[in-house]
Amino acid sequence: MNLMVASLLAVDPLLDTDKWWWKVLAIVAAKVLAIFVIGLIGTMLMVWFERKIVSGMQNRIGPNKAGPFGILQTLADGMKLFFKEDLLPDKADKWVFRVAPFLAFVPAFLLWSVIPLGGDFTDGKDGTVTWFGETTRVQLIDPPVGILIVLALSSIGVYGIMLAGWASGSKYPLLGSVRATAQMISYEAALGLSLGAVLLMSGTLSTSGIVGGQDGIGNWNIVATGFIPFVIFMIAMTAELSRPPFDLVEAEQELVGGFNTEYSSIRFGLFFLAEFMNVITMSAIIVTLFLGGPQPLTLGGVDMLGFAGPFGGTLWVILKTLAFLYTYVWFRATLPRLRYDQLMDFGWKLLIPAALGWFLVLAALQMTRDKYDGLGPVLLAAALGVAVLFVAYLLFNAALVVSKRNREREGVAY
Amino acid sequence: MSLFLRDYLTVVWFGLAAILLAGLLLGVAAAVRPSRPSKEKLIAYESGVDPVGMGWSQSQIRYYVFALLFVIFDVEAVFIFPWATAVERYGWFGLITMLIFIVLLLDGLVYAWKRGLLRWV
Repeated sequence: MNLMVASLLAVDPLLDTDKWWWKVLAIVAAKVLAIFVIGLIGTMLMVWFERKIVSGMQNRIGPNKAGPFGILQTLADGMKLFFKEDLLPDKADKWVFRVAPFLAFVPAFLLWSVIPLGGDFTDGKDGTVTWFGETTRVQLIDPPVGILIVLALSSIGVYGIMLAGWASGSKYPLLGSVRATAQMISYEAALGLSLGAVLLMSGTLSTSGIVGGQDGIGNWNIVATGFIPFVIFMIAMTAELSRPPFDLVEAEQELVGGFNTEYSSIRFGLFFLAEFMNVITMSAIIVTLFLGGPQPLTLGGVDMLGFAGPFGGTLWVILKTLAFLYTYVWFRATLPRLRYDQLMDFGWKLLIPAALGWFLVLAALQMTRDKYDGLGPVLLAAALGVAVLFVAYLLFNAALVVSKRNREREGVAY
Repeated sequence: MSLFLRDYLTVVWFGLAAILLAGLLLGVAAAVRPSRPSKEKLIAYESGVDPVGMGWSQSQIRYYVFALLFVIFDVEAVFIFPWATAVERYGWFGLITMLIFIVLLLDGLVYAWKRGLLRWV
């Protein structure tokens, strides 16, 4: 019974004990502190990293005064924000205006708690490490619904932005926040559906379970789910973060500063911090879901970072996350911003149907693969897949024809 | 307290710590920054000219349509996730049922599309 409960809930082995409670408390406290420090330092470095890379791509030098290579620039900016006057606009809804930064900042931090930041997952090990004689995971918690927590927290983050814009009692922030909300919920649908493909492969919602299932590069979900969900997830995530080319939320030419126009001083700083922290956590989540998190990349059966020993997993997470952070900065330097109607069309008319179609094909494949032997499952899945794709194509075509007719009847709008 | 809840208690502590940190940042800033508000400073920003009318202006109905459509797919996700984690267990019955469910919901999207609701003018 006890075993069943433990396996059902996939609790951290650390918490499954009644002895030495102060030791358990100390490890949990150490983890909380470590994640706080990683989060803040990581965010600080991320801002510097982005400014430096972008300036390199635009043939500028970028920040180079504060500290070596300007690495302390973010700290200097933060200090400046501390000493700036904080204004509460006359027309603002005072209470909501004060609460909104918390609503943006706290979920950004909480997202860290479910990401596996290290540990040994090779050869079917469950990623636990032993600290001070206690077995635990290198993640704050490992709840059985880890991925749902990620989705829930990223949705709460939208509240922060929406309420900030609304509470400002000003037109530009209101427009910015309404845009942000529409964009985020649009792409959240595509995000959730491409996530379904990962769940099909892993058969669990717990983040460490998802990582555990991805041993060897052939089993990484980016390969196992056939690349399409990864691309959709990546695009949807960029839109969720309102990073360029999806940064209509703060399109300066149209909306001044977007939802945070009326915010100043450290209150603005909190939004800024949350935004950049989200970039890092979301990159880490992509790594967890699609690139095997702490799973090593092996060359001839040997872990390429094997020399790092027990820190190898953490090193892999950092390396993989850095690759994504660079990609986001690269996007920003390369791609021009989308128009709002293009953004909506892209999300609703391309990403969502594609994610759904791919999900169904994968579901058919997954089911037949485990049920029958030989060539049967492939043929069966292929037949079902073709049927589903055909129906989807017919629907798509019908919709296209109808929309064309609509356009002809009502005149070309754009 | 059950094991299940004990795991989440850590999240609660973590959340409280995050709130505390944000509060601390705001508190420190409140202690060191100057405060010299004037009437002009507190006016809502509208590119330097005096604001016209109310800040809480009406926004377009289109946003509301997209919010409704989002509900379709959010409901879909609620049903898809548990099923996706246990596809094999439900077998063909589950797959066919899910196909019908998804195609029905997709109909909602196609209908909205057909009526031109997805068109952003």
